[in-house]
Amino acid sequence: MNYTTVIGLEVHVQLQTKTKLFSGCINRFNPDQPNTQTDPVTLGLPGTLPVMNRKAYELAVKVGLALNCNIAKFTKWDRKQYYYPDLPKAYQISQYDLPLCADGYLEITDAETGAHRKIGIIRAHLEEDAGKNLHEGGGDSKVDLNRAGTPLVEIVSQPDLRSAAEAKAYLEELKLLMTYLGVSDCNMQEGSLRCDVNVNLHVHTDDGHKVATPIVEVKNMNSFAGVEKACEYEAERQFEEFQETGKKLGEVPKATRGFDLDRGVTYKMREKEEAADYRYFPDPDLAPVTASDEFVESIRATLGEFPAAKRARYVEALELSDYDARVIIGQGVEFARYFETVEETCGDAKRAANWCTQDVQRDLNDRKLTIDEFPIPAEVLGDILKLIVDGKLTTKSARDLYGDLLELPREKVTKAKADEIIAEKGLEVVEDTGALDAAIDNVLAEPKNAKTISDVEGGKQQAVGPLIGQVMKQVKGADPKTVREMLLKKILS
Amino acid sequence: MAQADQIIAKSADELARLIADGGLSSTEVTTAFLDRIDAVDSQVEAFLHVDREDALKQAGEVDNKRSAGEALGPLAGVPIAVKDVLCDETKACTCASRMLENFRPPYSSHVVNRLKAADAVLIGRTNMDEFAMGSSTENSGFQKTKNPWSLDSTPGGSSGGSAAAVAASMAPLALGTDTGGSIRQPAGFCGIVGLKPTYGRVSRYGLVAFASSLDQVGPMSHDVSGSARLLQAIAGHDPLDSTSLPEPVPDYLSTIDQPIDGLRIGICREHYGEGLSPEVDRAVQAAVDTYIEQGAEVVDVELPHSKYSVATYYIIAPSEASSNLARYDGIHYGYRAEKFDDMIDLYARSRGESFGAEVKRRIMLGTYALSAGYSDQYYNKALKVRRLIRRDFDDAFSKVDVILSPVTPSPAFKIGELADDPLAMYLSDIYTISANLAGIPGISIPAGQSESGLPIGLQLLGPTFGEETLFRAARMFEQRTDWHKQRAALA
Repeated sequence: MNYTTVIGLEVHVQLQTKTKLFSGCINRFNPDQPNTQTDPVTLGLPGTLPVMNRKAYELAVKVGLALNCNIAKFTKWDRKQYYYPDLPKAYQISQYDLPLCADGYLEITDAETGAHRKIGIIRAHLEEDAGKNLHEGGGDSKVDLNRAGTPLVEIVSQPDLRSAAEAKAYLEELKLLMTYLGVSDCNMQEGSLRCDVNVNLHVHTDDGHKVATPIVEVKNMNSFAGVEKACEYEAERQFEEFQETGKKLGEVPKATRGFDLDRGVTYKMREKEEAADYRYFPDPDLAPVTASDEFVESIRATLGEFPAAKRARYVEALELSDYDARVIIGQGVEFARYFETVEETCGDAKRAANWCTQDVQRDLNDRKLTIDEFPIPAEVLGDILKLIVDGKLTTKSARDLYGDLLELPREKVTKAKADEIIAEKGLEVVEDTGALDAAIDNVLAEPKNAKTISDVEGGKQQAVGPLIGQVMKQVKGADPKTVREMLLKKILS
Repeated sequence: MAQADQIIAKSADELARLIADGGLSSTEVTTAFLDRIDAVDSQVEAFLHVDREDALKQAGEVDNKRSAGEALGPLAGVPIAVKDVLCDETKACTCASRMLENFRPPYSSHVVNRLKAADAVLIGRTNMDEFAMGSSTENSGFQKTKNPWSLDSTPGGSSGGSAAAVAASMAPLALGTDTGGSIRQPAGFCGIVGLKPTYGRVSRYGLVAFASSLDQVGPMSHDVSGSARLLQAIAGHDPLDSTSLPEPVPDYLSTIDQPIDGLRIGICREHYGEGLSPEVDRAVQAAVDTYIEQGAEVVDVELPHSKYSVATYYIIAPSEASSNLARYDGIHYGYRAEKFDDMIDLYARSRGESFGAEVKRRIMLGTYALSAGYSDQYYNKALKVRRLIRRDFDDAFSKVDVILSPVTPSPAFKIGELADDPLAMYLSDIYTISANLAGIPGISIPAGQSESGLPIGLQLLGPTFGEETLFRAARMFEQRTDWHKQRAALA
């Protein structure tokens, strides 16, 4: 007896709009001052009415298009009713039977095999978020409605995922896509990306049958590692449970579990005795929304290059390794844009990738900067690398220069400044062979070098090293390779 | 005193002109109505709240503006009573419910802002059925309003306080709201004019919702021009209400006196069957004759689905109400039970203790109608019937200008008479409800009196955005009759 894990994900992505989904109330994460980002509509005060935020609608269409969904020409808003202290109107405005986006897919790549898989998207709809209840002990609970009314896109996948690793890969790709689209920052600590995981098993019994186990929903996951662990844990737990009880899908109601990240286990949450009856009906305060073909196409035109397409282009057109492409793209759209400017300016993708993934990334980490705060503009770095490519600067000199520029304030770091430092420090590769000839002759004439010279003459070419150093001390900016060649030529001639 | 009697007898239009011309000051006018409230409201109980000082302050501001030569709004200095379901940031908005007894909204409704911009004097807040649910104003959480024509009869509802305030000459104008007839039925019972505008004509922002897809704010007045003037001030698009329509507002007063040539009046024979009192029937027939005398043509129209309108309404309105009223849970604001065991008990007791029987009845009806397993049978089916009712009207208005009918099957009933028979009470809205389901406008005008001296109303329904037609048609009747000049003989 063995089993296949079957996973479907429901992901809530908070949209980055200036205002909330149905009012002009400011939409900003603010954990410190509760109930400051509210207005009468957010508070659900009597007589207030919702008015749809067009920007949120456009962003949701953007998400749908990026997930290859059909965008509904006609959508409406529905009320989902339940009592909860952080739900001011006692209903949430959501979409029930006519979601904005349906029938799409997200392509993921297996990191080990490189194989591509399309994970189906059942639907993606727009809805307002609830507030937060704060249970701080002492018997009283507090309600913070800063988050209430924030626009969310709920993305529901098909149960197409077959392992914890795949679930994680799906989430990573989805997060990357959302951040590339600029619709959300997907900051899991701030709750702008949250996820519920549905897991069950297809058990292949020894007599050749396939049996589905009951579905378990693990609620409110807020880290990718957590999702991975929860899926692994659930698979094992459900398999053991199936071996004990033999319970199949449909024989017991869907269970809801929480996840304890510290212990790496899921735990049973309070079971609802009856299925929730949300009494959905169309919200009579909001007119249905229609989307014309022109509107959808105008949104499509703003999509930009998706991470997956970018990855393919880096590997195929720029001839980067898959690993380099992933590292660069994984750093976010701004970092990728930085790399692309460096690459275009210097004309050497591999060199640009090395510098970006090694030097730049190291310094960003050390200094805790974002790429937008990085002192060296992409154009300047590109120019420096171009000098290397053109043989006008050695890699070593370039590193010196890069180190100097890193210490300057960003507004001072320009191509002119870089040239100034090159001139000041005499970093430019010296092509005047006359000066080199003279320096080499001087070094060869030094009595202390006689032993070295005879070693080289005797066939030990690698012994020439110290002589190169001495030459370069005299001629800063000399290309060590050229010096080596000239020295050997003179000694051996 | 004679002066004050003359003032309160005047129509809103006359008062507006006199104040604008300087013949009367708003302070004089407002004082006369405030004194009238002092004199008779203890009998009628139309008002929940009157702030004399504040009303006189508003009047004084208008008078100052006038003497300073500043431009004045179209309702400058005219007192107006506002149903206590429309938010005004300077007042409590109770919806006649214990639940909202102390609720002071931090914003004003669109219509209240419009009234202020028109320089009206907001004289007081009127009683109503709790959350606008009812047809008699007996369901108020605070007091029962009496019909000024007969103090043991109801003024109708739910805008009974507004209707009684105008009928008893305590205000020349009032705002009501109409979800299934709540402006037109009390206007009919109280012998005044009341208009339910096209759905979307007037913004609902700041109107505490009963049934969002049916609610509409509208004017109440002694005569047709008063309602036209008031609608003019409050109608028009509001970006804060997604259901408000961006349609230009015609100048109603400029065309109101132009009779409609060859007016085509639709009569639906189904309206004149069982349950219609002979007195009302006679008054309506007399009205038809009045129109025929003016060259109107009577055309039979069919509204085959109108017989389902009460049933349809009592699925849709309670469904929306159950949802709209869910926010009153004792947590964020409003009434909270003092003793409770846990969160669920807090909700249950807060709602149980503060809502009245009619509100509870409708919340339960609506919750049931929307619940899983029943919503197809009830709610979704009601929506389908609603579309058919709407289509009937579209067909009818392709043939006629207005549809004429009674407002109610009988004149005002006695207080307590139907209190234990909610179904009979619901049937008093039988002629008005379909207009709300279809979203079309309807006007109720005084058209007779019963033998016992109670007013009888006449209803005209018009097509979408047909308010101008309704005003002109109503005015044709008014010009030939004196019913709108009759006043309740209140001591």
